Amino acid sequence: MPRLVVVGASLAGLRAVEAVRRDGFDGDVTLIGAEEHLPYDRPPLSKEYLSADECPDPRYREEETFAGDLEVELLLGTPASALDTTGRTVTVAHRAVPYDGLVIATGAHARTLPGTEGIAGVHTVRTLDDAQALRAALRGGARRLTVVGAGFIGSEVAAVGRKLGLEVTILEALETPLARAVGERMGRALTHLHRAQGTDVRTGVAVSEVLAEAGDAAERSSTHGRGRVTGVRLGDGTEVATDVLVVGIGARPTTDWLEGSGLTLDDGVVADETLAAADGVYVAGDVARWPNGLFSGVVDGPMRLEHWTSAADQGGRAARNAVDPASATAYETVPYFWSDWYDGRVQFVGVAPEDGADHIEVVAGDDTEGGPFTAIYRAGERIVGALAVDMPAEVMKYRRLIGGRKSWDDALELAEQRRAARAQKAAEKQREASS
Amino acid sequence: MRIVVDWDRCTGMGMCESLAPDVFEVDDDGSLIVHSEEVPEGQEGEVREAVASCPTEALSLEGE
Repeated sequence: MPRLVVVGASLAGLRAVEAVRRDGFDGDVTLIGAEEHLPYDRPPLSKEYLSADECPDPRYREEETFAGDLEVELLLGTPASALDTTGRTVTVAHRAVPYDGLVIATGAHARTLPGTEGIAGVHTVRTLDDAQALRAALRGGARRLTVVGAGFIGSEVAAVGRKLGLEVTILEALETPLARAVGERMGRALTHLHRAQGTDVRTGVAVSEVLAEAGDAAERSSTHGRGRVTGVRLGDGTEVATDVLVVGIGARPTTDWLEGSGLTLDDGVVADETLAAADGVYVAGDVARWPNGLFSGVVDGPMRLEHWTSAADQGGRAARNAVDPASATAYETVPYFWSDWYDGRVQFVGVAPEDGADHIEVVAGDDTEGGPFTAIYRAGERIVGALAVDMPAEVMKYRRLIGGRKSWDDALELAEQRRAARAQKAAEKQREASS
Repeated sequence: MRIVVDWDRCTGMGMCESLAPDVFEVDDDGSLIVHSEEVPEGQEGEVREAVASCPTEALSLEGE
């Protein structure tokens, strides 16, 4: 009986086991997770999980679903520590779990600021435990929140802080936040969203030291006993006082357990277009680096995404390929991510070319005040990306064009149609209002 | 096959529209319009993909 083993019990891992069962795969399936929690939904952890008065339950499925409907053996609470691709086993604690097909979906872990271990009040946001601790900190009488890193996670946490009434400062090393993700001009546009809500965004600044003082007895007697955070000293000597410090400086793919396994590790596990990293070994989610055929010639080399959509899709594809390698199919996608800031939503589809600035056109709204607006990205003769701030009806229409390898002219034509449609709707509304 | 929307979960993300535009559309205010609750013939694959791709798991199918 063929046996599928999935390492990593988050979204990609969950979708992996669900996909093969839906297809009727009747071999053994084992799902291995480093955390003790059942698979849970991560995007809310930096959003409503922190801000809502009633803490939502982020678990995707009940425990019974795994044992019952899915017939999946769960091994939770201990990370896999080694992979033997010759003997086809994964080591978990002292147990060697044999596989015929393997899906690696171990995700990524939050980068931390060196020297902050053991200081109370310093948080990252990646896991459910992280989010629980941060939720308590933000709602436990803190007055000031400082966020290091103006990326999407940091921005979402900053927005939550403002919503909860805290004074919020964001410290960003780059001159323009999110320049790599959305380009310089759009990075500036997004920064307006923060400033409009009273968040103090400081760009081009370096954190030189995290300041702490001896906290209460519990904090002093904790493992490291480094006290409680009081502020941050910047490269120019300025001090920013804070009660809570959130470090949002990105994530590293969790591949340490694969050192020496023979797999190619290069900021992720390198795989081919079918997500295969070795014979019988497939990768999915944040850990996967694979050539996305849809953008060959647009972006250099294989890509690694940290998005919900690709994790979900790759999980299913990797597992299907793993149980039937002979008919493995390639995985291509138009990347999609969203981020909720204050009461607005930022949505991006596709890719932002490195030299993006000259190839971005705002096709709806106005980006100079932060939105609402829609912008599209060009590479050569193709449309390759679209960004929307508070224009939920727009971005997915461009996603179809990008997926269909459509031309820039096609995109401009769609933009024109959309402009006409919006104008017509506005006129109708006005007529209704005046009648 | 019928499409069921959990309106408490739907936030108008629009992945469904990008995969099955004849069936789903996000309106200007972010609300989802379902053009056809009954899955149109020949579009079962696209709609299944749309259901699986919903980041808030707001979509499901009845009578598969």
